[in-house]
Amino acid sequence: MAEEATGLVFHPMDQFIVKPLFGGAEVHWYTVTNSTLWMFLAILSVAALMVLGTRGRAIVPSRTQSVAELAYEFIANMVYDNTGKDGMKYFPFVFTIFVFVLVLNMLGMIPYSFTVTSHIVVTFALAALVFIVVTAIGFARHGVGFLKLFKPDGLPLPLVPIIVPIEIISFLIRPISLSVRLFANMMAGHTLLKVFAGFIVSLGVFGVVPLVATVAFTGLEFLVAFLQAMIFSVLTCIYLNDAINMHDHH
Amino acid sequence: MEAEAAKFIGAGLACFALIGAGIGIGNIFGNYLSGALRNPSAAPGQFTNLLIGFALAEATGLFGLLIALMILFG
Repeated sequence: MAEEATGLVFHPMDQFIVKPLFGGAEVHWYTVTNSTLWMFLAILSVAALMVLGTRGRAIVPSRTQSVAELAYEFIANMVYDNTGKDGMKYFPFVFTIFVFVLVLNMLGMIPYSFTVTSHIVVTFALAALVFIVVTAIGFARHGVGFLKLFKPDGLPLPLVPIIVPIEIISFLIRPISLSVRLFANMMAGHTLLKVFAGFIVSLGVFGVVPLVATVAFTGLEFLVAFLQAMIFSVLTCIYLNDAINMHDHH
Repeated sequence: MEAEAAKFIGAGLACFALIGAGIGIGNIFGNYLSGALRNPSAAPGQFTNLLIGFALAEATGLFGLLIALMILFG
């Protein structure tokens, strides 16, 4: 793909290549790659925000403390609204996922950086974790009764053979839809920016038009970065609600 | 037809799935907005439902995009 003459100096997909930072080109499970580096930076910046930012514990918060508190309250309200009182136990889980995904998305917006969440292997690992945790909680709380999730109350008997397989498929497809949504959004957005950036040079004077578009899209990408992290955690909350409260509302 | 050309055509065709996603997302946000303007006080309570609808509508389109990427790079 990359060696075809496309008029671009770089290929728009080049930004997603996982490169080892030290030594040869081979990637093993223990190789430190640029993906590892940016995940590590994400954890460092989250730790800096949460630990250092809230260390003062001031009544009138500083700017970093206020950001940390806003994030905390935002997710605490989200978990409470969606799962009720019983779900607050799992607040740290949702909060960790939200902050991790958000910071990875935001770090990906830095020019020349690497977007870890634009790789399906990362998002699928996160989504599989959510799926396994939700299923485990469901069976731990309700035992075999958790299987009633697939048969809504008041379902007429003739509809059972139709609805139950649909419910089972929609349950099993959750990790795929959850991971594909995040990965495809981040990847498509970043590719779009790179493709438009390529037009700026090749159009000469008229490159101003794609330049403006690129700036606008970059702003939109920041919104998408936040929105996707939020949707990921909202859906985690909804899945948790299914596992905790089954179909009835709290 | 060369296999390479067929691959590109197939990838382009797979992106048609995003038409549906576009219609769906537009419908959801448009209807949310018209509902929110009629009854602004009830709007914040439906924000989560809005996002669920948005996420579900978008996912189906992105499956198509995924197929296109798998054809191109898989």
